[in-house]
Amino acid sequence: MGRKVLILTEVKDGKLRQVSLEALSVAQQIADGEEIIAALFGDDSTEILSEISLYGAHKLYTSTEASLSVYTTDAYTQALVQLIQEVGAEVVLMGHTGVGKDLAPRASARLGAGLVTDCTGVESVDGNVIFTRPIYAGKAFQKKSFKKGILFATLRANNFAVKESPVRTEIVSFQPTIKDLRTIVKEVVRKAVGGVDLSEAKVVVSGGRGVKGAEGFQTLQALADVLGGAVGASRGACDAEYCDYSMQIGQTGKVVTPDLYIACGISGAIQHVAGMSNSKVIVAINKDPEAPIFQLADYGIVGDLFEVVPLLTEECKKVLSEAAVSS
Amino acid sequence: MNILVLTKQTFDTEEKVSIQNGRISEEGVEFVINPYDEYAIEEAVRVKEKNGGEVTVLTVGPSRSENALRTALAMGADKAVRIEPGVGEYDEFSVAKWLAAAIRNRPFDLILGGNMAVDSGSGQVAVRVAEELDIAHVTSITKLVLVDRKAAVERDVEGDLEMIEVSLPVLVTAQQGLNEPRYPSLPGIMKAKKMPLEIISIADLGLSEEESQSRTMVVDQYLPVKKQAGRILQGDLNQQVYELAQLLRTEAKVV
Repeated sequence: MGRKVLILTEVKDGKLRQVSLEALSVAQQIADGEEIIAALFGDDSTEILSEISLYGAHKLYTSTEASLSVYTTDAYTQALVQLIQEVGAEVVLMGHTGVGKDLAPRASARLGAGLVTDCTGVESVDGNVIFTRPIYAGKAFQKKSFKKGILFATLRANNFAVKESPVRTEIVSFQPTIKDLRTIVKEVVRKAVGGVDLSEAKVVVSGGRGVKGAEGFQTLQALADVLGGAVGASRGACDAEYCDYSMQIGQTGKVVTPDLYIACGISGAIQHVAGMSNSKVIVAINKDPEAPIFQLADYGIVGDLFEVVPLLTEECKKVLSEAAVSS
Repeated sequence: MNILVLTKQTFDTEEKVSIQNGRISEEGVEFVINPYDEYAIEEAVRVKEKNGGEVTVLTVGPSRSENALRTALAMGADKAVRIEPGVGEYDEFSVAKWLAAAIRNRPFDLILGGNMAVDSGSGQVAVRVAEELDIAHVTSITKLVLVDRKAAVERDVEGDLEMIEVSLPVLVTAQQGLNEPRYPSLPGIMKAKKMPLEIISIADLGLSEEESQSRTMVVDQYLPVKKQAGRILQGDLNQQVYELAQLLRTEAKVV
């Protein structure tokens, strides 16, 4: 049994977010032949519109209403709720992003609907849609289904395959009525470094107390840059003020599931492990051969990260340039 | 100023998780205030210390969660309310309905909550409460400055910083970096032990069963597959690094 699915897609730095493509692919599975409707608020660049049509959206509602150019809860909630009602969506998907985390609970509450956040898996069983999500920051998992109402879900980046399915997408200009905005965004300060978002990064190079200081993180950044990844940290490194809390990975902090996680000078406390143990491949670099992180690592090097990481950066450069030549 | 704080008692983050009969086992587990809620309580107490007023902490949970409320009282909260959820299954939708119903008849200017609970990781309840009460919310805040009836708020958005202005009443959720929660003082702990707690049953809230019936349900809970211990590379360091880069390229295929 198919369901009409609405996906709120997001653009970041002029590009459609990877997790939005993943959400479109999940929509193909859930819709099962029913209509797939994408929404894009505050942007209508032709490039983005044509990209969305590659991933199975039958209709794309765009709105360049001025109050949607910067995300605010009130404006986006009003627009999304009006759109859901207008198209009669039965399932609403978005990324578990800054926007998704803020908007999905508000919009679902307004519609009296349930919401399953931070999903890493989806399946259809006897006409029910069941979402899988980590609990206790990945120390366990749960499967959740819906009893009634519209199905809202936010999807964690990097956990769903992107499936191309080019269709003719009908573009609809959407004009929501937006009023009574209660919050005003005064300014947005870009602090996130390196340009690769930690929660969506395919490679995460992470440092703990062993990094010894803010400068030590530059060593890790160099490796992350070569691999197109982002830099993360353990709570120990954040508490020691070597880096910003926004980089913290763990039970309090971000939970990441990259393809490759390189833990540098991280001992492997249970709280940190909870935030990264579901990474596909884990590499540990630590001076202490007894460090618990080695129990979890696919590959380990016992050594000083200040020696190992620069060598690894050079070696990865070589491997990548050889690969570029041979392809 | 009337300040409310939404809290939850969660597993200590050092606890291992085990499952018995499809449920998370609580046997022998150490419980704490959800770490993000500690920031919320601390901020509430600071706002009170600066502006005067009263801090009330609320939780939905079994009687064991009164320990978390006592800790909040010892940190400087004035009143504590526990909503007894009973035995049936419930979700974020239900909890938000209950909290909102318990709040509706109280005066409030500011509501604080944690960014998410470290057990469910859901991050929904506080925002849903704001919607139920028809007030604005700002999630994931790292700074809060109140001037008259306005709040200047900084929020963390994927590592970037957003500066927001909003009028009271407002609900905000606390992110790391907001403050450094204080340890309860010994006199505070002694005093908190004797303070009365208000206990509310779902029936007291005057909602129909239909109004707070959960929208979602858990169909299964399980532990992740245990990873096999991997390979510690051997030999000269240069050789190890060379081998690692090759393995990541050819065996793991992640570079």
